[in-house]
Amino acid sequence: MVAQIPILIVVIPLISSLFCPLIGLWRKGLCYFWTVFSLSLCALASIDTLLTVMESGTIHYRLGGWTPPFGIEYVVDHLNAMMLVIVSVISLIVAIYSKRSVEQELPRRFVYFYTVFLLQVTGFLGIVITGDLFNLYVFLEISSLAGYALIAIGEDGAPLATFRYIVMGTIGACFYLLGVGYIYISTGSLNMADVQQILPQLYHSKVVLTAVAFLLAGLAVKMALFPVHVWLPDAYTKAPSAASALIAPLMTKISLYVMIRVLFTVFKPYLSIELLPITDIMVWAGFVAILGGGIMALAQTDFKRMLCYVVVAEVGYIVGGVGLANTIAMQGAILHILNDAVMTIGLFAVAGIIVYKNKSHNISDFHGLFKKMPFTMAAFVVGALSIIGVPPTCGFFSKWYLIHGAVIAEHWAFLAALLLSSLISVVLFFRVIEIGFVFEASHGGHAHSTGHVATIDEAPLSMLIPTIAIAIGIILIGVYNQTILSNIIAFAVPKL
Amino acid sequence: MFEFIVGHYNYWMYVGLMMIGFYAMMAKRNLIKKIIGMNIFQSAIILFYISTSVKKGDVTVPILEHAHDGHGAHAVDIMHYANPLPHVLMLTAIVVMVATLGVAVAVTIMIYRRYQTLEEDEIIMSIRRG
Repeated sequence: MVAQIPILIVVIPLISSLFCPLIGLWRKGLCYFWTVFSLSLCALASIDTLLTVMESGTIHYRLGGWTPPFGIEYVVDHLNAMMLVIVSVISLIVAIYSKRSVEQELPRRFVYFYTVFLLQVTGFLGIVITGDLFNLYVFLEISSLAGYALIAIGEDGAPLATFRYIVMGTIGACFYLLGVGYIYISTGSLNMADVQQILPQLYHSKVVLTAVAFLLAGLAVKMALFPVHVWLPDAYTKAPSAASALIAPLMTKISLYVMIRVLFTVFKPYLSIELLPITDIMVWAGFVAILGGGIMALAQTDFKRMLCYVVVAEVGYIVGGVGLANTIAMQGAILHILNDAVMTIGLFAVAGIIVYKNKSHNISDFHGLFKKMPFTMAAFVVGALSIIGVPPTCGFFSKWYLIHGAVIAEHWAFLAALLLSSLISVVLFFRVIEIGFVFEASHGGHAHSTGHVATIDEAPLSMLIPTIAIAIGIILIGVYNQTILSNIIAFAVPKL
Repeated sequence: MFEFIVGHYNYWMYVGLMMIGFYAMMAKRNLIKKIIGMNIFQSAIILFYISTSVKKGDVTVPILEHAHDGHGAHAVDIMHYANPLPHVLMLTAIVVMVATLGVAVAVTIMIYRRYQTLEEDEIIMSIRRG
């Protein structure tokens, strides 16, 4: 049983999603508890896997007992054990959080929401755990298809945004598939470790270079790197709150994880860093993404849309950090995957609560929110400070390592972009905080005359507790970042 | 040069098909045409994979008759069979593509019910009008 845990991580949500509609036929409300139950099992399995990996090194799991490279192999090392825990814990938190929001926004689709939700998590976990290039494509498409479905049921305009996402996402996935095809015809293998062994003799072949180009172009679309991010803001803004809280933190981070895998596991660092100028291009792509995302975020009047552009800028941090190609920057980038997932889910959870209470995610409707929802807004402030990078929140530390890495690499433009991005974030979030504090400026007199001065009207506890937990998590990850760094990330960094 | 073009005709075909699909996805304003373009794009990739499995000469489909001669010995010369793996991969990819098509068509139906049109320009106009 214990030896089967790696496959259980993927199978539990998959099987539960099949049972979810059946349970929904009997009792609608049970679907929620079923989802939370299966995701808790999944989170326990992931945490157990992480502990095993920390104790005894990389786990190889052979599906059906077939030896690689003929069979599909699941490989769990420090990097994807950490990603597994991030994905499963965050999806569990979102599942707990989502109940009231889904009841309000999608009353008739309650059962199907959770069915697709579980499929989405299956896709995410499968991408992270697999050690096989084609298997990764299949899981990538499972998660994308589930994502399309979750986004399409959102507010007005969501179907058109989804359609655009489908077109862009399909192009991305097809490019990835083409890249895998080129690797297959030049090596005859799809197993990542096996490909890494075979490829080095072919590094000067044009087929391999084409494969690199296709793989990275496809993944850039999936991770919403700046010039090809256009599908992201519309799709995530219009998705239902619970769906955007799940997809926004995870989808981009997982594509980034796949990028790190492709660059440093499928290909050797020698190809990515010395033979081709991939990492140099990545630093500049990150530079453009940080500034572009930040500036676009400044122009938004919609809270969720602003957060989407913040996500685009954060993708730039990680791409640039990996591109700097030194150990410190790489540690910062991997730590930032964790931190950014936690920060983004925190902010999207707050956005969901505001939509639940206020029925609007336009920033100009945020007047008096601090008086009305002090706990939610406290969580918001923690998340915002973390994006800006104020100690002791976790965002500060990963940014610190990234800046340190940029100094070591002597890449001053990227350093300037990192610092400028903090300033942009200050402007962004203080604008929101200011509007939230200005107490009903337009009809303040009215409130005084009737005598009820903004009674506290907090979100339901099932939404509030996960949000507060995330805010505490942001601070705890910041405080214990050294422990995480030396016990997990130090081993997750690819050897350069 | 002529050798190069003719010798790699399968790649030229797939690149041509892929570009047709890509053009339709990017340039057409009708959502159904975009979906058709998407399908051509994906089919091109299937064609690419399948064409890589072909071998020249005395080659047949990889279906084995009497593969075991009663003593458990394998008498298979792989040079006489097409590579089955790309076919298997593409079976999976076809399933994925059918699912993508299904989701895309379902979303298109949602769009049509809401805006009564499938022309992207008209939809954007009607969103702007509120």
